[in-house]
Amino acid sequence: MKKKFKVGKIFVALLALIWLVIAGAPFYFMVASAFKEQFEIFTAGVFAMPKGLYLENFKKVIESDFYKYLLNSLFVVGVSLILILFTSLFASYPFSRFKFKLNKPLFGIIVAAMAVPIHVTLIPVFQLTQKLNLYDTIFALIGPYTAFNLPISVFILTGFMAEIPKELEESAEIDGCGKYRTFFSIIAPLSKPGLATLAIYNSVNMWNEFSFALVLTQSKGSRTLPLSIWEFQGQYNANIPMIMAVLTLCALPMILAFAIGQEKLIKGMMAGAVKG
Amino acid sequence: MQATRSLSEYRKKSTFIATTVFLLPVFFFILIFIIYPIIDSFWLSLHEWNGITSGKTFLGLENWKTLMGDKIFFKAFLNNMIIVVLSIAIQLPIAMAIAFLLDTGGKKLNFLKMIYFLPMLMSSVAIGFLFKYTYDPQFGLISAVDTMLGGEGMIDVLGDPRRAIFGVIAVVCWQFVPFYMVYFLAALSSLPVEIYEASIIDGASYGQYFWKVALPSMKGTIKSAAILSLVGSLKYFDLIYVMTQGGPDGATELMATYMYKNAFTIGKMGYGAAVASGMFIIITVISLVTLRVINGKEEA
Repeated sequence: MKKKFKVGKIFVALLALIWLVIAGAPFYFMVASAFKEQFEIFTAGVFAMPKGLYLENFKKVIESDFYKYLLNSLFVVGVSLILILFTSLFASYPFSRFKFKLNKPLFGIIVAAMAVPIHVTLIPVFQLTQKLNLYDTIFALIGPYTAFNLPISVFILTGFMAEIPKELEESAEIDGCGKYRTFFSIIAPLSKPGLATLAIYNSVNMWNEFSFALVLTQSKGSRTLPLSIWEFQGQYNANIPMIMAVLTLCALPMILAFAIGQEKLIKGMMAGAVKG
Repeated sequence: MQATRSLSEYRKKSTFIATTVFLLPVFFFILIFIIYPIIDSFWLSLHEWNGITSGKTFLGLENWKTLMGDKIFFKAFLNNMIIVVLSIAIQLPIAMAIAFLLDTGGKKLNFLKMIYFLPMLMSSVAIGFLFKYTYDPQFGLISAVDTMLGGEGMIDVLGDPRRAIFGVIAVVCWQFVPFYMVYFLAALSSLPVEIYEASIIDGASYGQYFWKVALPSMKGTIKSAAILSLVGSLKYFDLIYVMTQGGPDGATELMATYMYKNAFTIGKMGYGAAVASGMFIIITVISLVTLRVINGKEEA
């Protein structure tokens, strides 16, 4: 239902406009600059529209190592995501359906783990990856990414599974389904919408992750997209339009994902926020 | 009877096995990458170690004594607290106002919602770089606006120790207002329509509905938003690291950036671990106290 009010509209419209400028101006600056030639910013001014559709910046970025970083990001996010989805699917089943003594304490550990700041773990994880000879490989990121997104995922999915009617399971048991069969042929398929929410939510998180990627990788071949901005900055130090083209290209996948899965993403973020 | 008892025992046993099997993977990851590192961090904080050689020297509480008297760590903690307070004071009211606008504006405003939400999708690194250039004294947006308004331009936000922290906070707000906006929007749209209808019948104005009806019924949501903002602000790293690396002259140093510098830039792993552990203790205590205070008030 639409809520209608007459008074106060002007104030609200003004606010909407002001925030539109504040939220939008840096984006405009980024995208518009990306289409400018190197010295156009100085000659034409910051707010000017680009002279024409100058695509050279994008071309140069795409022709450089950009695809390597893109592939690295895709690989890490993909593998970690699969691990997260399976592991949290498994874990949420006993937490939401079984009665056992340690249910609450173990779930408590999961909840507590959500609050752990990753920076406390950076040094030990850095050491660990060195010991395992994984330092400066793309594989070093998979463990931490999975582990740090698991608690929230288990939390969300357990809540989701608890909503699945118990009767379905009971009738399956009467029909002779064991726990595993019930899980695989009833609970898992019914959890798909929950998993989809998790997938989107975790992808955004991991796609943009910075701290672990900064500490656990070093060379070009193993760095992810957010870190690539660094490399490009070193390479095109004074070329602002170039950097802006990189930034635009880095932001693009997530903006596209948002355009496609808007509802799910927001739902996931809400579920992630409610943890308090 | 014998049969039923063994049946229930059988069930118990099979539940136990199934539980173990299903929970094994999650605890494998949590143990290795979360619990073990926390303990190891405390253990490392008792040592001196440069991160490269295999030899660690046991120091006992030496690092912790240094930490207690470390003015930079204290400054970093203060900076974190400034961000906590200003984040909550700036982000939540703006987010609430926009959420209310979008809620009463209906579907027409969906495109606004999209644009407002954009900052949430960029990585902190990208945002950090974007604002580094936005703040640039020569060709940045701020200077351009100043010139437009008849000023001299050349405003150096991040290079000035007095301004830098506020420049950083502005970016933090820019990044996170959309998040709280969506958070409040979800709460607002889940308010029962009856409440709205009743207040309309009673002749409530826009302002009255907001202040006397909507806002009071969102107390819980506002509280949890404040907690989220509080805990988040204590952990900031990415954005600040990219924009200022803690500078100029420690003006934007945070606990996390200080930890990173010690451990990975100057190679004082042991001291870095002490900073990390200190940060862990501070965040845990503050979160627990805040939760206690907020929940305590609810009971009273």
